[in-house]
Amino acid sequence: MPDVAPAPTTVRMTYRDAARAAIRDALQRDPRVFLMGEDVGRYGGAYAVSKGLLAEFGPERIRDTPLSESTFVGAGIGAALGGMRPIVEVMTVNFSLLALDQIVNNAATIRHMSGGQFSVPLVIRMVTGAGRQLAAQHAHSLEGWYAHVPGLRIVAPATLEDVRGMLWTALEDPDPVLIFEHQALYNMEGDLAADAGPVDIDRAIVRRRGDDVTLVTYGGSLFKSLQAAELAMAQGLSVEVIDLRTLRLLDMDTVVASVRRTHHAVIVDEGWRSGSLSAEITTRLVEQAFYDLDAPVARVCTEEVPIPYPKHLEDAAVPQPASILAALQRTTARGGR
Amino acid sequence: MSDFRMPSLGADMEAGTLIKWLKQPGDTVKRGDIVAEVDTDKGAIEIEVFEDGVLDAIVVEPGEKVPVGRTLARIRSAGGPAAEPGGTPAPAPATPPAAAEAVSPAAAPSIPRVTEATPAVTGAVAAPMPRPSARVAASPAARRRAGELGVDLQLLKGSGPGGAITLADVEGAPTGAPAPAVAPDRRQTMRRAIAAAMAKSKREIPHAYVTTTIDMSRTMDWLRAENQRRSIEDRLLPAALLLKAVASAVSDVPDVNGFWTEEQLQPSAPVHIGTAIVLRGGGLIAPALHDVDQRDLSAVMRGLSDLVARARAGALRGSELTDATITVTNLGDLGVEGVLGIIYPPQVAIVGFGRIVDRPWVIEGRIEARPVLSASLSFDHRAVDGHRAGLFLAAVDRRLQSPETL
Repeated sequence: MPDVAPAPTTVRMTYRDAARAAIRDALQRDPRVFLMGEDVGRYGGAYAVSKGLLAEFGPERIRDTPLSESTFVGAGIGAALGGMRPIVEVMTVNFSLLALDQIVNNAATIRHMSGGQFSVPLVIRMVTGAGRQLAAQHAHSLEGWYAHVPGLRIVAPATLEDVRGMLWTALEDPDPVLIFEHQALYNMEGDLAADAGPVDIDRAIVRRRGDDVTLVTYGGSLFKSLQAAELAMAQGLSVEVIDLRTLRLLDMDTVVASVRRTHHAVIVDEGWRSGSLSAEITTRLVEQAFYDLDAPVARVCTEEVPIPYPKHLEDAAVPQPASILAALQRTTARGGR
Repeated sequence: MSDFRMPSLGADMEAGTLIKWLKQPGDTVKRGDIVAEVDTDKGAIEIEVFEDGVLDAIVVEPGEKVPVGRTLARIRSAGGPAAEPGGTPAPAPATPPAAAEAVSPAAAPSIPRVTEATPAVTGAVAAPMPRPSARVAASPAARRRAGELGVDLQLLKGSGPGGAITLADVEGAPTGAPAPAVAPDRRQTMRRAIAAAMAKSKREIPHAYVTTTIDMSRTMDWLRAENQRRSIEDRLLPAALLLKAVASAVSDVPDVNGFWTEEQLQPSAPVHIGTAIVLRGGGLIAPALHDVDQRDLSAVMRGLSDLVARARAGALRGSELTDATITVTNLGDLGVEGVLGIIYPPQVAIVGFGRIVDRPWVIEGRIEARPVLSASLSFDHRAVDGHRAGLFLAAVDRRLQSPETL
């Protein structure tokens, strides 16, 4: 019998590779899809996500743009209205503020203002978050601002499966979807199923089962939260970790169902605390699960400072496993006193 | 001295739970004042008094569920003698109303609190929760569970953050009164109440129906012109004109407005139109819009908006649930052409309106596009005959041909 090696069921790759695979897959599936942004072509993307795609798909579909976020996001909106399925890459969420008018006043409103005649099937990918010493103009977490705006859908893939699978689902959505990729995740390595494909962009997911406290998080904070849950387990505290995945609309059903069981909630949000997603989730827990809460909701957020450049200060500013563990202990009044 | 009783807020109501008192013993009350809130299968209802006087003593405390007719409080009529000095005052409820889902009838014994000790604030990561002085610090979940188990929070020592009483503290405590049954899901109870009323109606009332199609062009033209000159917030919806046309047509055919009780028709002089309102999340309710025949269109429109908003917010008044003398169901917004409703007993008629839609219409031998409306009357054939029912719908039609008189 010939010795036939079985086809591998998983492939070892980075988050970056999975993001690239998602773009390649979309370009192959649908001729209306194209990628546009600063340095996405010849340079291969500021975070090397689109490396190699220009050679593979050509300059019609991998388009370098001028350094003008408002212009190329606006062009993406126009292309989407004209029947294309653009993927617009904005280098960081900080830079996306230059395109805020296009995103908030145009992309989010055209369906409404045209009485439902036109929709904007646009996907904007941008990088968010701190952790790689890129300092205060490249490292903020402003996805919560966008999650404020009706007309947008906001998703935050934290895993290889999600960064591989959310893009196509987002492209199929008739309305604008913003995908936030966390800069600290790009080098994360893992095994992705060889046949990985589209995933939903509606539901939160329980990443770890637990009974004593519900830890709600998303994006770059997921793995820190899972580490904290592991540390808590060593102290006898069983933590359920929920990855929100989608930040607008929030899947509160999953969160509330968990809190009804655990009666305790900790929210980890790399945004600043004031007026944050964590504030919104806390409020909704008060509205929807007040009589199930056995302690005040605890939050772990970024310190209210511009993200510092020095490594030790950057680490101190954003949520870390130790600060998450302390919050878990505080809200359950166990240990850590 | 008279008794203020749990009112019947509908044919299907057997009991209600007192949510809270809006007046205290000693307060002066006037006929029509809202004095309490009662929870029924159809939501929280504000209930009114029907005489002037002074609220003398409260008999039923918040949280208690009592049958229809049970005395809730005593009212001293204006100028009447006060109650015996010793007989007054129901103490204020031991627990604030919001937390009183299950106040145990036995009053809490006055035992010194053992939770007085200041919680040790230790190397705190976060500032300790500020604590209201007179209130036991307990988590919402602990408070609810304590109510269910009849545990007195005053007797417990807290182990939670800041020394607050937690769920585990309550569940580990000796229990007092037995746990009351868990409140059934409101949507389910409302569904059952509707089911009971509708089944009873269809079983007992011999329904008969007449229908017609009404040319609405005069009404719609008039409405368009009228709304042009009104400010946006004062604009009228067709629904207001339809209610007004029904109320006005009642004066031609009074028999459709009233009740079938004790084997006879009792026509009502006032015209209170029950207006079917769909509640978000399911279920419906048909509170009365009072004296529609006496109000002008603007007042009917305002009344309708207010009624819909309050029905959906769960803030209806008792009289609105019981006073309807005829009901109107308007499903036009949903795009249906017509509806044949089921009568809400003991009323004898329900008017159904569909959508106002452009249709070919024959005018003096020519076909024209006209906005038309399908209207129906379901009537209790014990009380009303088809002839009168037909006259009534014709009267509605006639009113809608001269909308300026509505």
